[in-house]
Amino acid sequence: MKQILNIVRKELASYFVSPIAYIVIAIFLVVTGWFFFSTFFLYNQASMRGFFSLLPIILSFVVPAVTMKLFSEEFNRGSYEMLMTLPVTQVEVILGKFVAALGFIVVMLIPTVVYALTISGMGDLDPGPVLGGYLGAVLLGGLFAAVGLFASSLTRNQIIAFIIALAICFFLSLIDKMLFFLPKGILSIMSYLGADFHFSNIARGVLDSRDLLYFISMTFIALYGTHLVVQERK
Amino acid sequence: MIEVKDLTKYYGNLCALDRINFQIHKGEVLGLLGPNGAGKTTCMRILTCYLNPTSGNITVKGMNVTDRSRSIKQIMGYLPENAPLYPEMLVFDYLDYVADARGLSRETKLKRVEYLSRICAIREVMHQPIGELSKGYKQRVGLAQAMMGDPEILVLDEPTSGLDPNQIVEIREIIREIGREKTVILSTHILSEAEATCDRAVIIHQGRIVADGNITELKESAGRDTRIILTLANTEPGKARSVLEKVPGVMGIETEPCPGDPAIHFSLAVQPGKDIRVPVYRAIKSQDWDLLEFHRQSKSLEHIFRELTKENVQ
Repeated sequence: MKQILNIVRKELASYFVSPIAYIVIAIFLVVTGWFFFSTFFLYNQASMRGFFSLLPIILSFVVPAVTMKLFSEEFNRGSYEMLMTLPVTQVEVILGKFVAALGFIVVMLIPTVVYALTISGMGDLDPGPVLGGYLGAVLLGGLFAAVGLFASSLTRNQIIAFIIALAICFFLSLIDKMLFFLPKGILSIMSYLGADFHFSNIARGVLDSRDLLYFISMTFIALYGTHLVVQERK
Repeated sequence: MIEVKDLTKYYGNLCALDRINFQIHKGEVLGLLGPNGAGKTTCMRILTCYLNPTSGNITVKGMNVTDRSRSIKQIMGYLPENAPLYPEMLVFDYLDYVADARGLSRETKLKRVEYLSRICAIREVMHQPIGELSKGYKQRVGLAQAMMGDPEILVLDEPTSGLDPNQIVEIREIIREIGREKTVILSTHILSEAEATCDRAVIIHQGRIVADGNITELKESAGRDTRIILTLANTEPGKARSVLEKVPGVMGIETEPCPGDPAIHFSLAVQPGKDIRVPVYRAIKSQDWDLLEFHRQSKSLEHIFRELTKENVQ
């Protein structure tokens, strides 16, 4: 546990000493702010639904950029060798990096609470969907971070890691909008696979155990996949 | 203390180590020698629990590297080749991170960082990003990192590669200093380095051990096999050869003309155990040649190394 915290601290510190963290956060805020508020007043409703419906697509771009370096950079520099010969286990390294990425995503989401505060000043904002939305956003961020970590463990090239993670996250975000292309037989499985589907359930303020189970199990699968890939390097 | 038993490692179909056996005793400074790609680094990586062996194993104080890796990592410090560090981190932050990972308490951590920064002479760069350091400083930060947990065993992969001569001497002094109390294993392909720092050498070639022994022993075993090196002027190779061949004890002669110089180099192979300097000199004196150079050459570690690693071993 101590080792995990130590790795989390180191990874978070290395995010925030470089300008990339601030650039990613700034881009995220500008893009979400722009897309959300450009149509917000047309609906004439005090809700954050527009913001949360944007999140899966935007996080599909942003999270891979955050996670791409986690393993690739270490493999490329050779510092992974140094890391693994410290008295840490591989599981601790994976969890440490995962928690650091998730922490970064949470830090990135925190400024958007201002949107909720602003809107609640303008009208009667229902807190349920907002809280649900943020819980969903953290779960979704966790899933994407795990996918990004997995992609990063596959290659020593950060750009390839980014593209693989982007492709998987994109697939998970868009699959339930593409369902009409698919044959009937696999329809229900594919719609269950879609992250957007489960996220929008939670973002409506409905906490269903199936949706929680989806995020937790998918995140676990991605992390376990990472473990297997990294193990293979030995 | 460390026992390597039938250690074999394959990368796909490529055999990097082929049934290697050797032991390392406590307090020894062991040099792992061999040409590039011989398997030195692979051996060290398995020892430091970074890679798993394909078969065979290494035990450290009775603990197996594959299932007691955490305990082994705890008592081992490792400096990989070229000291791969995090360039964006400050030296102090990095050492602090390593100290935390090694489970040092707050007070011992500060004392240890202070001590190591003095020993490794990195005090003046403690607050610089690692990426901005010169190679020599990076290597020394890597060394400080490896010694952070006060390890019983220190594993250094080519600790002096890419350093300038002054830095090499400094690093060697540090290694010698550490080697008084700790077990040190270092790999190198520079033989003078092994001579200067190690008690014992294991020479690896193509994944096999071709020699294992005390450095002085290794040199002695080959030392009887000497050559006499001559440079002569005012003569012809064929004529000189016929005269020198007649000296008893000369087993063979190699000649080599010097470019742009009328002098000729001769290298005489001498019958083992015989000192034939006097008869050779007399033979030369009896002729009208100009003797420019005359010396006896014992086999150095370089020769042993080159002979052992020249051809493919069976």
